[in-house]
Amino acid sequence: MNIVVCVKQVPEPTGTNRIDPKSLRIMREGVDSVLDPADEFSIEAALQIQEANPGTNVIVVSMGPERALEAIRRGLAMGASKGVLISDPNLAGSDALATAKVLAGAIKRENPDLVITATESSDAYTGMVPGGIAHHLGLPLLSYAKKLTVSGGKASIERQTETGFQRVEAQLPAVVTVTGSINTPRYPALKGIMQAKKKPVDQLTAADLGFSPEQVGEKGAKEKVLGWAPAEQRKAGRVIKDDGTAAAQVADFLAQLKVI
Amino acid sequence: MTKVWVYAELTGGQVARVSLELLTKARQLTGDVTAIALGTGASAQAATLGQYGAKRVLVHEDAAYEQFLSEPAADTIATLIEQEKPDLLLIGTTYNGRDIASRLNARLDCGVITDGAQLSLEGGQLKAQVPWYSATTIVDVTLSGGITRLVLVRPKSFTAEVAADAAAPQVEQIQVQISQQARRAIVVENVVQASEGPKLEEASVVISGGRGLKQAENFKLLHDLAATLGGAVGASRAVVDAGWVPYSYQVGQTGKTVKPSVYIAAGISGAIQHTVGMKGAKYIIAINTDPDAPIFKFADLGVVGDVLKVVPALNEEIKRRKA
Repeated sequence: MNIVVCVKQVPEPTGTNRIDPKSLRIMREGVDSVLDPADEFSIEAALQIQEANPGTNVIVVSMGPERALEAIRRGLAMGASKGVLISDPNLAGSDALATAKVLAGAIKRENPDLVITATESSDAYTGMVPGGIAHHLGLPLLSYAKKLTVSGGKASIERQTETGFQRVEAQLPAVVTVTGSINTPRYPALKGIMQAKKKPVDQLTAADLGFSPEQVGEKGAKEKVLGWAPAEQRKAGRVIKDDGTAAAQVADFLAQLKVI
Repeated sequence: MTKVWVYAELTGGQVARVSLELLTKARQLTGDVTAIALGTGASAQAATLGQYGAKRVLVHEDAAYEQFLSEPAADTIATLIEQEKPDLLLIGTTYNGRDIASRLNARLDCGVITDGAQLSLEGGQLKAQVPWYSATTIVDVTLSGGITRLVLVRPKSFTAEVAADAAAPQVEQIQVQISQQARRAIVVENVVQASEGPKLEEASVVISGGRGLKQAENFKLLHDLAATLGGAVGASRAVVDAGWVPYSYQVGQTGKTVKPSVYIAAGISGAIQHTVGMKGAKYIIAINTDPDAPIFKFADLGVVGDVLKVVPALNEEIKRRKA
């Protein structure tokens, strides 16, 4: 079985994110970048299926600048078999529409039985890429999975809903998006980190996948940023240290708001 | 006239609140508003959709829309869009709404604005404001190319109001076949995890818990306080992911958006994920042991302290005052 996991390198989520005033894109220079923490759950989910199904390949696919290789290496260090990096200056500024097309093109080459992604990235969080990939690959989409079981050529999930969850299943091949509750991602061991350096990583360009510069990147993006402004921020109010009277002070505040 | 369509999502045969919010917004943008209602009970919702501004309701009653995820709805909507080429399609940011929008985006190659607010259509140009970085930055965006523009809108971005001049809408039964291909992601079972008290999205007081509660059992403290205040209990993604409480509790980016009068964040640091879903609260009270927690930067009243002490003490204090 071949399992493809899509990953993304994102600016350190706890850092201060900024917009590049020239390109109107997320500032990626001079910012610490990491494998999107949301992707660690996808990789772990794939590795657990691999462990239960010997002979399974786990392929980590990413589109991004050269240094996105670090995110792929982390996936390989966790235990994935191989990486694919689609990196090309023409891809810079791609929106979710183009990203899904390009990723789907690279995924197709791996003949996947299963594609696993996070529900959304932690930097842009549009959540539009997984469904786009499913469309381009002609596959069903099992989304928001908090549990995933693969057996008998079928993927079964528990899917998060507004009121609880649903049990949903589909024949493989399928695309599955997973939430952070699906597992506890392993931490790469030193041995894994050493091995990761020797694992193969295919490098692809947009042209390798048959895309012209007009179809992708800034030029191909449908969504255009016109401008931006700092949001009106809520102001910090009073902060008190609990010296035993905090409960009474909160109650006073609630009384003032006529809640009690 | 500009044609604006709204996807009227049905949950348990009822129109989702967010769809009524979108209809209210749509009728401010144009006089030509169409709602699409798919699934069991769709026809019965047409009158309600008309009250909120739909002049025309496209209906397809077929259980396939509940039995299979996203594909039947995406296929039907795509077919309708290709036939009628509306200028704008509004979809609520829900689990199903996001799935459908992502497929439509790829299939129609149209581009999509996610989490759009402050929508305007001036001279045919769509503009929306999108919050980036935990809503610290507001970005103006538009979509170029394509005919139909797709915008996802978070619940509670607009207020749902019945139209003063509402008339019975024109109801059209759509003639489409749902293909076998679209029947692949099979919904085997729906599990509703009911919670007591007012609904989280509607409660005027919400008390949400995070990792600061230390363990699942301590959510009882929040339920006790909620019972005293007549409020609802919510949670951060971290503790929902950890399995402490059901998904239906989750407030935030992938959870619910709440706008209560008072939001009490108990042991929640205030990560981006969470604040997107609660920043619209009128007043925010935060209790956290970490004085540097981001939540203190925008709470109206912050308590640096242990939720396990402050919450029960607060509950006792309120009961005492009420007595």
